[in-house]
Amino acid sequence: MHFEWASTYGHVLLQGLLITIELLLLSGFFGFLLALLVGFGRLSKQPVIAWLSLSFTNLIRGTPLLVQIYVLYYGVGSLFVGFPAVRDSFLWPYLREGFWYVVVALTLSVGGYVGEVIKGGLRGVPKGELEAARALGMSRLLMIRRIWLPRAIQILLPSLAGESVGLLKSTALASTVAVMDVLGAANLVRAQTFRTYEPLLVIAITYLVLALLIERVFRRLELRIPVRGAL
Amino acid sequence: MKTTIKKLVLSCAATATLLAANASATTLKIGVAAEPYPPFSIKQSSGQWSGFEIDLINSICKEIKAQCQITEMSWDGIIPALNSKKIDVIFNSMSITPEREKVIAFSVPYYYTPAEFVGPKGVKLNTTPAGLKGKIIGVQASTTHADFAKKYYEKTSTIKYYNTQDELNADVAAGRVDVMLEDTVAAIDFLKSKDGANLESKGFAPKDPIFGPGIGAGLRKSDVALKKQFDDAIHNIQTSGTFNAIQKKYFKIDISAK
Repeated sequence: MHFEWASTYGHVLLQGLLITIELLLLSGFFGFLLALLVGFGRLSKQPVIAWLSLSFTNLIRGTPLLVQIYVLYYGVGSLFVGFPAVRDSFLWPYLREGFWYVVVALTLSVGGYVGEVIKGGLRGVPKGELEAARALGMSRLLMIRRIWLPRAIQILLPSLAGESVGLLKSTALASTVAVMDVLGAANLVRAQTFRTYEPLLVIAITYLVLALLIERVFRRLELRIPVRGAL
Repeated sequence: MKTTIKKLVLSCAATATLLAANASATTLKIGVAAEPYPPFSIKQSSGQWSGFEIDLINSICKEIKAQCQITEMSWDGIIPALNSKKIDVIFNSMSITPEREKVIAFSVPYYYTPAEFVGPKGVKLNTTPAGLKGKIIGVQASTTHADFAKKYYEKTSTIKYYNTQDELNADVAAGRVDVMLEDTVAAIDFLKSKDGANLESKGFAPKDPIFGPGIGAGLRKSDVALKKQFDDAIHNIQTSGTFNAIQKKYFKIDISAK
């Protein structure tokens, strides 16, 4: 084991860590919003909305995330170069960065997987509570905001913790499209110093610590919501 | 079935006699990687090797009056194969680097391909560090090109590292990288392809110690006499015009190691 490269490449790994955390937070946030839409869409009584939501879920869950990233990055992304209007627009600096393609791909992925989880949670809220809300004259939106969604999320917190850790690990795919996340940084160290195991070991521990932190945050959230002793 | 076995036995016997014959004469086993590296070494469908380096080694062998036999090795294990005497010479586009010089000896360089900048057509690019200020430079990681870009361009430009040249080529074509630095032989092929149609050369990188002196024949450190023979032979074919005649067959540019 040699770690003398750490002094020269330490900042590369730290920048990689920052990129990984940015990927996690951005796609986690937007993905969750999308998942809410998908979750409610799956329960919609409108056949078109229900069908669209189901198709989206099937599409996202039925294809590998790596393939989705490649389709977006090498497929859609390489079409833009043919349009001078796009090239000269203010969007170009974003459209040429692999980072944003990965954010979009991860957001869609979270939307698909967590959407299905949320659908399950929404179904899991006892009917009586919703009937009580309706009996009190709550509008549908108010009922969703006050009762249905908070109760569903409360039920789902353990699953959401798992999905978040899964998302963290999915961010490692960013390195396949030349994004310098933690894994990309480790690959760079490997390529330039011919040291293989040490950088990989360092980032494995980094991912582990991040995963434990995520679990912690969710544990906190679970404890914050008072639950009556017995069900 | 029977004839197949017969053929097999016959060919084994033939190989054995061949090996025995080779052992008696001064035969040099020339190690090349089993995978072809066109146009330097190409395996014909007949099993014969051809290409720029094969022509070159044949002239060198003629020069030093030795019998040469092309022997296929895996690239990963080609240095251990040399040191364990499975082969006598590595003649397979091996760059002379300080790391390799710790374990094997090298002849004088016999060719040198410069690094070339490639970028989109119609964009004026000055490839000096000042000219590429704020631009994105793509390189394949773990190459001397990456080391070069890191040393001279890291402060003023963004350097993007790729695992393979193919991924880098795709991103240059898609305009995600302003300019890339790659070996000129690879660049020539890529620019001729459909993906490289909208790209052009932006000039060569200057000669730099980072790139090393070029490509040399790998020899055992103990074979001092053979190294002397190789050095002289390479020098002779370069001055006699043989080298130029061979390289004209394969390249439009001059790749001699001067």
